[in-house]
Amino acid sequence: MSQIVTLEKPRTLQFEIFRFNPEEPEVEPRMQIFELAEQPFMTLYIALNRIREEIDPSLQFDFACRSAICGSCGMMVNGRPRLACNTLTKDLPEQIRLRPLPVFKLIGDLSVDTGTWFRGMAEQVGAWIHEKEPFDPTRQEERMDADLAQAIYEGERCIECGCCVAGCGVANVNPDFVGAAGLNRIARFMKDSRDARDADDWFEVVSDENGIFGCVGLMGCHDVCPKDLPLLEQYAYLRRKMLTTGAAR
Amino acid sequence: MQIRTTDVLIIGGGLAGERCAIEASTAGHDVTLLSLVPPRRSHSCAAQGGMQAALGNCVKAEGDEPTIHFLDTVRGSDWGADQEVATIFAHEAPIAVRELAHWGVPWTRVRPGRNTYFVKGEKVEIDEPEDKAGLIMHRDFGGTAKWRACYASAGTGHAVLYAVDGEVVRLGINVQDRVEAMSLIHDAGRCWGAVARCLRTGRLTVWLAKSTVVATGGHGRIYGQYTTNATINEGTGATLALETGVVPLGNMEAVQFHPTGLVPSGILVTEGCRGDGGYLLNRDGERFMVAAEPEKQELASRDVVSRHMMNEIKQGRGVDSDFGPHLWLDLRHLGETHLRTKLREVWDICKDFNGVDPSKEPIPVRPIQHYSMGGIRVNKDGEAYGLRGLFAVGEAACWDLHGFNRLGGNSLAETVVAGRVVGQRVAEFTAKASLTVDTSVAHAFLMDAQKRLALWLDRPTVGDDVYKIRDAMGEVLNQKVGVFRNGPELESAVADLRVIQQRIANVGLRSQAGGLNPELTAALRIEGMTKLALITAEGALARTESRGAHSRTDCPTRDDSRWLNRTLARWSSEENAAELRYEPVGLLDLPPGDRGYGKSAQEPMNESVEQHNERVVEGMRDEGYLPTVEPMGSRMQWGAWQGHENMPMRPERNE
Repeated sequence: MSQIVTLEKPRTLQFEIFRFNPEEPEVEPRMQIFELAEQPFMTLYIALNRIREEIDPSLQFDFACRSAICGSCGMMVNGRPRLACNTLTKDLPEQIRLRPLPVFKLIGDLSVDTGTWFRGMAEQVGAWIHEKEPFDPTRQEERMDADLAQAIYEGERCIECGCCVAGCGVANVNPDFVGAAGLNRIARFMKDSRDARDADDWFEVVSDENGIFGCVGLMGCHDVCPKDLPLLEQYAYLRRKMLTTGAAR
Repeated sequence: MQIRTTDVLIIGGGLAGERCAIEASTAGHDVTLLSLVPPRRSHSCAAQGGMQAALGNCVKAEGDEPTIHFLDTVRGSDWGADQEVATIFAHEAPIAVRELAHWGVPWTRVRPGRNTYFVKGEKVEIDEPEDKAGLIMHRDFGGTAKWRACYASAGTGHAVLYAVDGEVVRLGINVQDRVEAMSLIHDAGRCWGAVARCLRTGRLTVWLAKSTVVATGGHGRIYGQYTTNATINEGTGATLALETGVVPLGNMEAVQFHPTGLVPSGILVTEGCRGDGGYLLNRDGERFMVAAEPEKQELASRDVVSRHMMNEIKQGRGVDSDFGPHLWLDLRHLGETHLRTKLREVWDICKDFNGVDPSKEPIPVRPIQHYSMGGIRVNKDGEAYGLRGLFAVGEAACWDLHGFNRLGGNSLAETVVAGRVVGQRVAEFTAKASLTVDTSVAHAFLMDAQKRLALWLDRPTVGDDVYKIRDAMGEVLNQKVGVFRNGPELESAVADLRVIQQRIANVGLRSQAGGLNPELTAALRIEGMTKLALITAEGALARTESRGAHSRTDCPTRDDSRWLNRTLARWSSEENAAELRYEPVGLLDLPPGDRGYGKSAQEPMNESVEQHNERVVEGMRDEGYLPTVEPMGSRMQWGAWQGHENMPMRPERNE
């Protein structure tokens, strides 16, 4: 059984952090450097809070669960979108460059408005079960095959952190593209036997440049997804379904 | 002044608030929901292992029914729960779970045929019958007579939150995220909304509403870093209620410590691990829970397991580390496939934060603050004591389903069950209400909020530090108001917390940044948090008995003759102190008895259950319980629990 031990030689980490506060537009955007001594089990959550509490109390960033399930803390870490809370500094070089995620509206420093983007996406793709009939509280639940439930859950695990959107060449230029998170959600509902929408309904939602045919296959999303969602499989499923539906029209 | 109006103002965008919003919106009301974070980032998403509902779908759940769920819940609460609320809850939970299935939650389903489980350390094979195929599956959890927790891998809260938020989006409910309520607007015993601060711009808005619902979750962050809770669980809602001076907080000393917090981060590792057969081991690799609790073993209630773990550590059988002693959670025997499907989120957390492969190595864990049983005291309709038009729901509320110990899986269930039940009452209340508040009342509250902000921004840039105050508060609570408590330590905690509270006057504000200004935001919250901490310690000091999670080594007896009651704490701004009062625990159907685990001494009631019940209605009304739509006791199912089998320890009727 492995013991929990401290680092032998703590490194001095140098954080280069993007700074801009839209409420103080007279101060130009800039990169600012902070230094911290590394500590055992240090994550970017611990490091950023220490910087704010010990060095610069105005630094803005977002964390909530700090356990990689709420999706609040996506940011660019040395050029790559990832969750800050589960990024251990021991896995990074001494120089750590932090920038806010692109695509999303900047709130300040490392904080971006993912909430508005994801609500818009949810409205765009209709990311809720379109019921076949109203809920009847007196009835037993509708049965579902255990494997199907498991397959839906695989897609359901998306935490909407925005890393895939930030890492997407299309989303960076087309604000209406639903992104990997949107396509994954569409596939999740298409597979769901409880949803009333048929392939033709879905064709209307996803068959333009904002949907599955907007994806140019760079697969940056797949590389950066912190939850290891099966995005390749979800796209293959969507494209197969939409190609057969489109061809039959 | 910016004034906006809405029919129903909901403060808090987690499951309880959103479920309540759906109910009010469906009834045709205009609903506005304020949330610190986008709703899908609420702490509800962190619920892992399951949601209790007596569907009785798998073999180990056979014969389950709401009455058995009621029994488990009341015993889990150590008789601190309101039994009418527990009855409503247990009977509504199956409907709520099925409604969530209708909304798309991918509940794990029954797989017919041969299934392999781990039960009390033994590998067992059970044939699930064909006629249950595809129904919602259950897993075992602590303190329950049946397998009852419905689950979606170990991401149950996430899956439920996304389904419920999907409904919120479908209904087009107005969600204002990154907004924090600063005060409740109230006048002459009636609540009329809130003053809120935008966490993007720092600007204030007055929200006037016919009814106001607080659903801000728990306040575990008063324990500083010693909590599983998210950083946003800072008791903003409890503070709003407390600052009215009218609304009491109930049972704040009832604090749950989860047995398996990951060391050193404090991240939750779900009870579902033990439910699925995981063991706790000491430094010698011994399953100490087998001897400690022969009947339930690792699956006694959380308060009981946490105490056994702390004893094991105190007796030198913990594993030493640079982060203090810990124990092991061993899941190796469950195998990689099980861990990567049914406990997938646990697998991820172990890998991400400790570099541990739980199929090969045990997980370092120890008890840590997890849940606030206490909160804004409300009646069974969810309406706050003493303030009409104010409701509270979920962990922010003391409804009071959990008493002195909540069972695992009952909080996720409470959010949606109470969201439905209270949401209906909110909708009914709102339909009859009209917005007749004088804008000068709203203006006065806005002025107060502006003055408070200005006073902070006028502070010198040097002085005491808000973050150091937060850390000091956390240390005091963790060290002196923890799993085990005693009089001298609690006295010292109260004294320490008073000093910490006084230090706030000397705090400087280093940052004058516009917009959110994180330091200012923290400073505004610390004022309330220190009050919540003080009330927690004072309530614990005053309660000279041991009940559920409130365990006094100097008063080890559960004293039903003196303490079968609920603590109510109101804040007096003149005295700058809390006043503690007590009300009856509620109508009793199941008389106090043995829980069936966590053996403890008991001092019996010095009156009959009938005598007790005769004084309940008046006793609670005297303390502020507002009239309910149906009279108190209307939902009791008197004696339904009698004669039930499968009860490990059936209490005797108190003659």
